[in-house]
Amino acid sequence: MAVQKMTIAKALNAGLRAAMEKDPKVLIQGEDVGKLGGVFRITEHLQKDFGEDRVIDTPLAESGILGTAIGMALRGYRPVVEIQFDGFVYPAFDQIVSQLAKLHSRSRGAIKVPVVVRIPMGGGIGAVEHHSESNEAYFAHTLGLKVVFCSNPTDAYWMIQQAIETDDPVIFYEPKRRYHEKGEIDVDVPPARDLFSANVVRQGTDATVACYGPMVRTCLDAAKVAEEEGRSLEVIDLRSVSPLDIDTLTTSVTRTGRLVVVTEAHSFVGLSAEIAAAVTERCFYSLESPVIRVTGWNAPYPPSKIEEHFLPDLDRVLDGVDRALAH
Amino acid sequence: MSDDVVADVTRGQLAGGVDHHESTLRSRSRGPFDGGPDMIQLLDPEGQRVLNGGAQEYAHHIDALTDEDLRGFYRDLVLIRRFDLEATALQRQGELGLWVSLLGQEASQIGCGRALRPQDHAFPGYREHGIAWCRGLDPMRLIAMYRGVDRCAWDPKEFGFHTYTIVIGNQVLLGTGYAMGVQRDGDVGTGDPDRDTAVIAFMGDGATAQGDVNEGFVFAGVNDSPIVFFCQNNQWAISEPNERQMRSPIYKRADGFGFPGVRVDGNDVLATYAVTKEMLDRARSGQGPSLIEAYTYRMAAHTTSDDPTKYRFSAEVEMWKLRDPIARFKTWLGHEGIADHDFFVAVDAEADELASNVREATVTMGDPEVADIFDNVYVEPHRQVEDDRAVQAAYAASFDDEGVA
Repeated sequence: MAVQKMTIAKALNAGLRAAMEKDPKVLIQGEDVGKLGGVFRITEHLQKDFGEDRVIDTPLAESGILGTAIGMALRGYRPVVEIQFDGFVYPAFDQIVSQLAKLHSRSRGAIKVPVVVRIPMGGGIGAVEHHSESNEAYFAHTLGLKVVFCSNPTDAYWMIQQAIETDDPVIFYEPKRRYHEKGEIDVDVPPARDLFSANVVRQGTDATVACYGPMVRTCLDAAKVAEEEGRSLEVIDLRSVSPLDIDTLTTSVTRTGRLVVVTEAHSFVGLSAEIAAAVTERCFYSLESPVIRVTGWNAPYPPSKIEEHFLPDLDRVLDGVDRALAH
Repeated sequence: MSDDVVADVTRGQLAGGVDHHESTLRSRSRGPFDGGPDMIQLLDPEGQRVLNGGAQEYAHHIDALTDEDLRGFYRDLVLIRRFDLEATALQRQGELGLWVSLLGQEASQIGCGRALRPQDHAFPGYREHGIAWCRGLDPMRLIAMYRGVDRCAWDPKEFGFHTYTIVIGNQVLLGTGYAMGVQRDGDVGTGDPDRDTAVIAFMGDGATAQGDVNEGFVFAGVNDSPIVFFCQNNQWAISEPNERQMRSPIYKRADGFGFPGVRVDGNDVLATYAVTKEMLDRARSGQGPSLIEAYTYRMAAHTTSDDPTKYRFSAEVEMWKLRDPIARFKTWLGHEGIADHDFFVAVDAEADELASNVREATVTMGDPEVADIFDNVYVEPHRQVEDDRAVQAAYAASFDDEGVA
C-alpha cells in the first residue's frame, strides 16, 4: 500500500531504512542506536536488519562520533550520526565547525563530506536540563553546513533521504515533541520539492507567518483560530534555515505586507533576527509593519514545569499577529 | 654527550642566568630527555648499531632493506632538512606568512614515511613535511599554504596524505574513522600486500592532552581498527614542557586503551622505520591499533612566530645537537661502506638545487583570485553564498566602471 499512516518517528525510521536499502554506503552511528534503536527508537530494528557494521553503537563521546563519521565519509561512506539530545552536541562542536563544515573548502573541493547529523531538538516534553534546546543558530552561522528541520511525517520520510543523498554535510533537526504526531505518507510519490525549499503550508492574505520544526503545528493551529476571527494567515514552513529560501518568503510578504517569525529558539542573534533583516532588506516598501518576532524568551531554557510559559504557543503567535496587524 | 651538560640542565644553571624556579608540584622521575630503558634504538648517537629497548624484535626489518633503500633514507633526510631550512629563511625574508619547522624531527618522519605503502593513508598535523615528502606531495603545496596563497588543495586520495590539520588533535579522529571505513571495505587481513591497508595518524606530545586524541584511542581500541597512532614527542608544546602535559610516559598510555604502545628513538631513522613497519604490518593484518611515541626534539622554534629563548635553555638544544638524526646515520652509512664521499656530495648538491627551486617557485607564486573565496564552500550551491558572490562581483566591477569613466 503506497499510502501509509505513520508518526514522524516511524517515518524517520522508514526513511532511514529506505536510504540504507538504496545505498550500501549509508551507515548509522551514535549512542544506543543499535539494539535499543535509539532513545527515541528512530533507528529501531535497523541494526538487526543491516548488521553491526552499518548500525554502529559508539562509545559515549560525541566528538569521537562526529570525527570518526567524517573519517568514514573520507573513505567513501555516507554516515548518518545520531546525537542523542540537542544539548549533547557541544562536545562535537569543534569537529562539526572545524572539519565537517570546512573540509570541502579547505581542500578546495577535493574532499566531500556527506555526513548527516540528526539532532532531536526543542522542548515541550518535560525533560531535565540540556534536553530541550534549540541551537540551530550555531550551525546555521557556520558556512559549509546545511541546516534543515522536518515538521511532519511526509517531510520526515523524504527529507531524511534527501539529506543523506546530499553531498554537503547536513544538520538534520527533528522536533522531538512532535515525534508521535501522525500523518499519511505516500511512499511511492517522490517529494515535490528539493530539500532546501520552503513550503507554503497554508495560504492567506493578511499576514505571513514563517516558522519551522515544532512551531509549524503551533502556527497552523493559530492560523485556524485566526480564520475564525476573520484573519487570513499564510503559513510558511521554511524547512531549511541554511540555505534560506528567501524567494518564497519575499514573494509571500510582498503580497501580505506583514511578517511574523516564530521560533522556539530565543530571538537574540537567532534565525528570527536573520529572517527579519533579510526580508526587511528586500521588502521594505511592501511592509505595512515591522517584522514581528515570536520566540522563546531571551533567557536560558527554564525548568520543565514552566516550559509552556517559555515556548511560543497559539496565543503568543496570535498576539504577534495582532501586533503586526495593529499597524 | 656530556654528563656534565645533562647535570647542568637538570639544575637549571645555564643559559644566561635564566631563573629556574622548580615548582613544588613537579616531580620528575626521569632525567631530562632520557628516553629510558624501554626506548627502541638501532643506531646510537655515535652511529653505532645497537639493540636497545627490545630492538631485536624489529631489527629484521632493517636487514630486509637494500643499500639503495638506505641511501634513499639519507637523501630524504638531507633534502627535507634543506627544504625546511629554506622555508624558514623564506619566512624570515617575508615570503611566507609562517613556517613550522621540522628541524630535528627528520628521522621520525622519514623512517615512518618510508614504512608506508601506497594504499595506506596518513592524517597529518601541520609539521609533517617529511611525511608529505615520502607520500610524493609537491612540497610547494605546503609552501603555498604557509605563504597564504592556497589551502590544503591536494587530493588526499591521490597521495594517501590528508589535509594538514591546525586544530590540535582533530586529525586523530578522522584517521580513526577512516580506519573504520577500511575495515568495512574488508581491506584488512586478506593477506594481499597490495590490498591490506593501514592508517597512520600523527600528533605531537601536546596533542595527547586533547579529548579528540583520547577519543580516537577509545574508538580504535573498541573497534580493533587498522591504525597506528604516531606521536612525535619533541618535548615542547610551544613553551610548555612534557611535565606540564602529562604525568605518565605517552607510550605507556596505550595500555589503558587496550593496545600496544612503544617508545622509539625518534632521531634514529632505522628504529623509526623498523618500528613503524612492524606496527603498520600489524594493523594491516587485522591485529588492531598501536601507539608509537617517537622520542625526539624540536630543534627550532615552535613556529617562526615563536621565541624559544624565553622558555628553554640553549644548553638543552646543544645537548640534542649531539643526537642529530642525520649525522649519526651518515657516520654509519660511511662506516659500513653503504655510501661514499661522492654520494654525500651529490646529495648535498641536490639539496641545494631543491632549495634554489623552492625559492624561485615561492617568490614567483601568484596570489589567488578574490572571487574564488565563494568556490567550494558547498558542493551544491547555497543561496546566501551565491547572493554574496554576486554582490562582491558587482562591488569589484564598480571600480572598473570608475576606471573606464
